[in-house]
Amino acid sequence: MQTALLIEQLLNGIQFGVMLFLMAAGLTLIFGVMGLINLAHGSLYMVGAFACAWVAAATGSFWLGLLASLVAAAAAGAIVEMTVIRRLYGRDHLDQVLATFALILIFSEATRWVFGSFPLYLNIPPLLGGAVALPGGVHYPLYRLAIIGVGLAVALGLYLLISRTRLGMRIRAGESDREMIGALGVDIRTLYTIVFALGAALAGLAGAMVGALQSVQVGMGEPVLILAFVVIVIGGIGSIKGAFVGALLVGITDTMGRLLLPQMLAAIIGPAQAAGIGAALASMLIYIVMALILAVRPKGLFAAQA
Amino acid sequence: MTRETIFNVVLALFLLALPFAAMAMGEPFYVSLATRMAILALAAVGLNLALGFGGLVSFGHAAFFGIGGYAAGILASHAFNAEPLLFAIPGSDQMPVIWIVAALAAGFAAFLIGAVSLRTSGVYFIMITLAFAQMFYYFAISWPAYGGEDGLSITMRNGFPGLNTAVPVTFFLICYALLMAALLLLWRIRDSRFGAALQAARQNEVRVAAIGIAPYRIRLFAFVLSGMITGVAGALFADLNRFVSPSMMSWHMSGELIVLIILGGAGRLFGPVAGAILFVLLEFLLGGITERWQLFLGLILLGVVLFARGGLIGLVAGKPRHG
Repeated sequence: MQTALLIEQLLNGIQFGVMLFLMAAGLTLIFGVMGLINLAHGSLYMVGAFACAWVAAATGSFWLGLLASLVAAAAAGAIVEMTVIRRLYGRDHLDQVLATFALILIFSEATRWVFGSFPLYLNIPPLLGGAVALPGGVHYPLYRLAIIGVGLAVALGLYLLISRTRLGMRIRAGESDREMIGALGVDIRTLYTIVFALGAALAGLAGAMVGALQSVQVGMGEPVLILAFVVIVIGGIGSIKGAFVGALLVGITDTMGRLLLPQMLAAIIGPAQAAGIGAALASMLIYIVMALILAVRPKGLFAAQA
Repeated sequence: MTRETIFNVVLALFLLALPFAAMAMGEPFYVSLATRMAILALAAVGLNLALGFGGLVSFGHAAFFGIGGYAAGILASHAFNAEPLLFAIPGSDQMPVIWIVAALAAGFAAFLIGAVSLRTSGVYFIMITLAFAQMFYYFAISWPAYGGEDGLSITMRNGFPGLNTAVPVTFFLICYALLMAALLLLWRIRDSRFGAALQAARQNEVRVAAIGIAPYRIRLFAFVLSGMITGVAGALFADLNRFVSPSMMSWHMSGELIVLIILGGAGRLFGPVAGAILFVLLEFLLGGITERWQLFLGLILLGVVLFARGGLIGLVAGKPRHG
C-alpha cells in the first residue's frame, strides 16, 4: 500500500511539474528573447481557464473550451503586447515589474467584473474520466496522465520548434543579438508579438487543464506564477531545458515533501507535533532547495546567456 | 531652497495637519487614515533605502513588514496571557521593546534573504526576493501556533511609557515621529560615506570594486537596515489594526510598497511619503466611488509607469539635480 501511495504521489508531482513547465516555458522564452519580466503571466493562465470554463459551459464541449483557452490567451497576450508590453522592452526591470503588476490588477478586476466573484467549475471530459490501472496496484486518474502527456508533447514540440524551424532560428537569433537580426530584415516587432502570444497560449493551456482539477477563480494564477519564477530561477532564466528540469524538480519536491516530511518528523518528535511542523516545513521546502541551488550556482542550473 | 525641499516641507506639514483637521471637522475616522499613510510611508522609506538609493529592486519587503507585525502580535499575546515566550523570557506590551524586537527579527530575516539574493542581480534578484517572501508567507499560513491563516488579534493596543496610545491622535503622533526619524536617518545616510558608496555601487559596480570597496557588503548592510525599518513599520501597522495576518506578507503588499515609491517619485527622499499619501487617498476616494477601484488603480499605475516616470515629486519639482 505504501508503495502504491508513493507511486501515486510521484505521478502527482510529475503532473504538477509538467503544468509548471507550461507556465515557466512561456516566462523564460519571453525573458530570453525580449529581456522582459512579465508578472502578468499568471493573468493569462487565468484567462485561459475562464475561457475554457465559459465555452465548455456554453457549448457542453470541453474540447471546444480547450481550443477557446488557447485562442483567448494568445489573443489577450498579443493585445497586451501591442498596447503595453512593447513600450517596456527598453526600460529597466523596475518599470517592467510595475507595469505588469498594474496589468494584474486590471486583469483580475476586469475578470471579476465580467464573471462575478464566484468560482466557475469545469468538468473533466468523459473521454478522459475514470482511472487506469498501473503496475504495482496503482489506480491513477486518466485525466492527470493526459496532462502529463500533453506537457511532455509540448516540451518536445517546443524543442523541435526552436531547434528545427525558421521561426525557432529567428527566436534563437533574437536571443543572441536583436539588433543584428533586425538589420538582416527580420520584422522584429512581429516576432516579439508572436513569441509573447506563444507564451501566453502555453499559460492559457495550463490554466484550462488545471481548471478541471480545481475551481476556476480570480487570482488562481498568482501562486502558480510565483512557483514558475522559482522554476526558472532554478533552471536558469532563458533556458527552456532548465525550465523543464526545474519544473519537474519543484513539482516532485513539493508533492513528495508534503507526503514524506510529516512522516519522517513523526518518527523523531512524535505524531502530535509532527503534523503541524511537518506541514509548515514542507511548504518552505522548495524555497530552501532554491536557496541551496543558488548558493552553488547563482545563475541557475542551465544558465543560458553569459 | 529648491522646489523639492519646499514640497517636502509641505508634504510633512500636510500629513501632520491632517488628523488635527479631521478632529476639528468631527471626522475621527480620518485620523486612522492619516496614521495608515504615516505607517505605509515608513515601510516604503525602509524599502527606498534598498530600492531608491541602492538600486536593489526587492519584491519581498512584505516579509519584513509581516515579521514586524508578527513580532508585535506574538509579544503582545504572550504578555496578555502572561505566558513566557522562550526560556522564561516574558512577552511585552510596551512599544519600544516591541520595536526593537521587530527591527532585530526583520533585520535577521533580511540578513538571511540578502546573503543569498545579493549574490545575484537584476531579474534574478527580483524573483528571488519574491520567492523568499512567499516562503515566509506560506510558513505563516501553515504554522498553527499563532493563528495560521486566520491571523492573530491584539487585544489591546500596546502601550508607550507616559502616553495613552488608545487615543488615535497620540498613536498617529508616535507613528509620525518614527517616520520623521527614519527620514532624518535616510537623509544623513544619503550624504554619508556609506550612502555615497551605496549609490555609487548602483551606478557603476565595477568602479566601486576597483577603488577597494566591496559592493556586496555595502549592499547587504543597506538591505538589512532597510528590512529593519520596514519591520518597525509592520509592528506599528499591527498596532493600528490590532490584528496581524499572513496577508501582511502577501506579494501584493510587496508590490504596493514599490508602487508607493514610484507614485511618489523614485530615488527621492520624500518619494515614499508623497506616494503613501497619494495611494491611501486614491484607495479611499476610488473605493468610495466604485467597488472596482483596483481596476482604476491599475490604469493609473500603468499611466504613471509609461508616461510620468518622475512620480508626484517629479511632476511638482522637476527632474532631480543628480541621478
